[in-house]
Amino acid sequence: MKKIKTLLMAMTLAGMPGLALAQEQAAVASAPVAQAAAMAAPVAATVAPAADAAAPAAEAVKAEKPAAPAPLAPSELGLPHEAAIGLQEVVTDVGQNGRWMHNAVLFPLIAGICLFVLALLLWVMFRYRAAANPNPSKNSHNTLIEVIWTLVPILILVAVAVPSIRLLARQFDPPKADLTIKVIGHQWFWSYQYPDNGDFEVVSNMLKEKDQVEAGQQFRTDADGPRLLAADERMVVPAGKVVKLIVTADDVIHSFAVPAFWTKMDAIPGRLNETWFKVDRPGVYFGQCSELCGVRHGFMPIAVEVRPEAEFNQWVLSKGGKLAGAEAVAPAAAPAEPAPAAPAAATKG
Amino acid sequence: MTDTTASAAHSDAAHAHDHHDADHKPGFFARWFMSTNHKDIGTLYLLFAVFAGIIGGAISGLMRLELAEPGIQYLEAWSGQQGDAALHLWNVLITAHGLIMVFFMVMPAVIGGFGNWFVPIMIGAPDMAFPRMNNVSFWLTVSAFILLLGSTFVSGGIGNGAGTGWTVYAPLSTSGSPGPAVDLAILSLHLAGASSILGAVNFITTIFNMRAPGMTLHKMPLFVWSVLVTAFLLLLSLPVLAAAITMLLTDRNFGTTFYDPSGGGDPVLYQHLFWFFGHPEVYIMILPAFGIVSQIVSTFSRKPVFGYLGMAYAMVAIGVVGFVVWAHHMFTTGMSVNVKMYFTAATMVIAVPTGVKIFSWIATMWSGSISFKAPMVWALGFIFMFTVGGVTGVVLANGGVDDIMHDTYYVVAHFHYVLSLGAVFGLFAGTYYWFPKMTGRMYNEFLGHLHFWVFFVGVNVLFFPMHFLGLQGMPRRYPDYPDAQAYWNHVATNGYYIMAIGVGIFLINMIWSMLAGKKAPDNPWGEGANTLEWTLSSPPPFHQFETLPKID
Repeated sequence: MKKIKTLLMAMTLAGMPGLALAQEQAAVASAPVAQAAAMAAPVAATVAPAADAAAPAAEAVKAEKPAAPAPLAPSELGLPHEAAIGLQEVVTDVGQNGRWMHNAVLFPLIAGICLFVLALLLWVMFRYRAAANPNPSKNSHNTLIEVIWTLVPILILVAVAVPSIRLLARQFDPPKADLTIKVIGHQWFWSYQYPDNGDFEVVSNMLKEKDQVEAGQQFRTDADGPRLLAADERMVVPAGKVVKLIVTADDVIHSFAVPAFWTKMDAIPGRLNETWFKVDRPGVYFGQCSELCGVRHGFMPIAVEVRPEAEFNQWVLSKGGKLAGAEAVAPAAAPAEPAPAAPAAATKG
Repeated sequence: MTDTTASAAHSDAAHAHDHHDADHKPGFFARWFMSTNHKDIGTLYLLFAVFAGIIGGAISGLMRLELAEPGIQYLEAWSGQQGDAALHLWNVLITAHGLIMVFFMVMPAVIGGFGNWFVPIMIGAPDMAFPRMNNVSFWLTVSAFILLLGSTFVSGGIGNGAGTGWTVYAPLSTSGSPGPAVDLAILSLHLAGASSILGAVNFITTIFNMRAPGMTLHKMPLFVWSVLVTAFLLLLSLPVLAAAITMLLTDRNFGTTFYDPSGGGDPVLYQHLFWFFGHPEVYIMILPAFGIVSQIVSTFSRKPVFGYLGMAYAMVAIGVVGFVVWAHHMFTTGMSVNVKMYFTAATMVIAVPTGVKIFSWIATMWSGSISFKAPMVWALGFIFMFTVGGVTGVVLANGGVDDIMHDTYYVVAHFHYVLSLGAVFGLFAGTYYWFPKMTGRMYNEFLGHLHFWVFFVGVNVLFFPMHFLGLQGMPRRYPDYPDAQAYWNHVATNGYYIMAIGVGIFLINMIWSMLAGKKAPDNPWGEGANTLEWTLSSPPPFHQFETLPKID
């Protein structure tokens, strides 16, 4: 069985360089005429790296698996910052939307309400203190003002509800998925299965500090990420692709959360919850389990590495997976070196 | 609100020879352990709440100490164990803090304590409708507390104690927690729930049937209204909790699979049942505080409550709507988009009656003659802090935004602003307001103000940075955090120290005033205080209103 699998993999790998080149051409040919000129330069530039990426894969046929690409070092994105007071930067469209909803709609509104109430309170405390107003009025009704302070909040809430409901609708309107990953929460680690790529599984454990492990064991370095956030195996996804997550758990409830993606989905035994994200910007983004799951609840981080397609493919092969069918690979190889702007334009919509 | 012609206190003296002597008190044991007197039971509840509050508050101190610096510093020393068993202690602490503060501090204080003391007096009744049931109710709370404390001494799986969080979500609380600790905690909740149901029945019966002649529902003081609405919430929500946790017990011990998918059950069912209770529960904690603040604002502005009917029915509206918004606690469980939209919209509706209350309090003060006695200062603090906590609730109500806030410190900040700064400010306000009436002695005004300012600064330094931590993504119920979150966690811990000093000032004030405070007149607050308790002596006679007062 394993032999057959290896053989199949070897054949796929052997076909790779030619396949990739063929698709480069196909991609260029199929690009809209208007974009063709603009695309030509980057595509020409990327042909070489794509071939480079494929070359080691071909060599690796002799060995069992190709080497995994070196892990990306953490950047300023996708992790908390010292003494910060606002939301983390987000890198998905849904996240931009949600962040706008909070920063531009809700936060000014609630800050305004608080200041308004505070101003009213300070005013009445000052103006109607016993020394300034020894004789209180006996007035206790004013229908007009009561109607106003009932209706105005209703109108404000209706105004808030419109973008709020729209935001929800957007989050639940995923484009067609390019890649499906099954996320499984365990006490106390995550595992990620790639059914589209030969159904291999990576098991992701938190990396401990150097002084917490025995000699010879892997420990965290700064390249892995901050303490408590770094994981030995990351979930790797291709940039610019719609990634569908099927989230579940096999013991108690966990919650898969990546703040930079605006993603949080409970992992519940017996349920398959679905969520999605599409990240254009390569990098590593961190999250943490967000539902109390037992003693090591705080020690099962989530690290998602977004990589250019070719590097993702290389990673898949290094894990013993196989690349998805030809139709999935076809659009994939083209933006092998996605400059941040280009895929955003290409995949918008 | 109510004008009264009562002269009950004076008529009591005329009955001194009577067998049911107004001031004939039973012996110590009979009086305090077999009490049927609403004021004594109220006192027991208040003392119990102070005791439980000190324990619950000390637990939060342990948690803030551990969180003061990144890394695990104390858990191993406190638990005397290493590794996972030490981390289990953390979950025991968060669970105990939540359950103690909700079930054994806030609820006994506002409903059992102030409710028992002042609902009968404010409606002109001699006592509660079911005095013996009242006693049962109190001692069930004590038993429940003992069970909960006892659970920390038996195994909860990896270490001693129940480490499930106060929400006791399955399957962490079923297959995830072997050992008897969680069973004890569940039984504790059963008893606390039964106690509250009995109390609710008692309050509803008392308020509907024992109002003095002329005391119509629409003349009742707002505190009585708040307890009435609260009692209905208790009566309707607690049986659902009882059902939910009974199914937990049978899942744990008798092989049922209500919450176990391998037998056709569903863990999310538990969450629905729990939050059908849990959401009304937060109003159960805050509504009596609304009532207390209404009384105080009116008293110290020397004005009747503005928009009385609006205030009363806003509480009814909050109670009713509070029953149909529960799933906003579950936005990330994978609900369908339509369900999420409904719960988003329904939740935001609650802001409307809440806004009515805030504005009505301000309008009550408007053109009043405000004196800033300690109770009033606390009530003013309540109004502003509750507003801050309320508006972050509007943020969290948005299902699409909750995706990033859910189960982070933003939520912790939100509910501590409405509870620790809301309900607890209401509690302190009520304590200072009624202290002269309950004890017959005046509290120390300076210490009352000092307590306010220290506590106010402390809780804000403690809880406001939690908004920032939450926005940055720090999840709840974590004993440790990435080093980048050290700054605000450190600030929050410093806030705890300040708050703890404030609590110390409070306790000193209470003890000193009870022993050596000035003697309190019947009505220390002047003409603004026009509810019936101020027509009685301070403290009131053991049995009041043997001749019912008449309300115009």
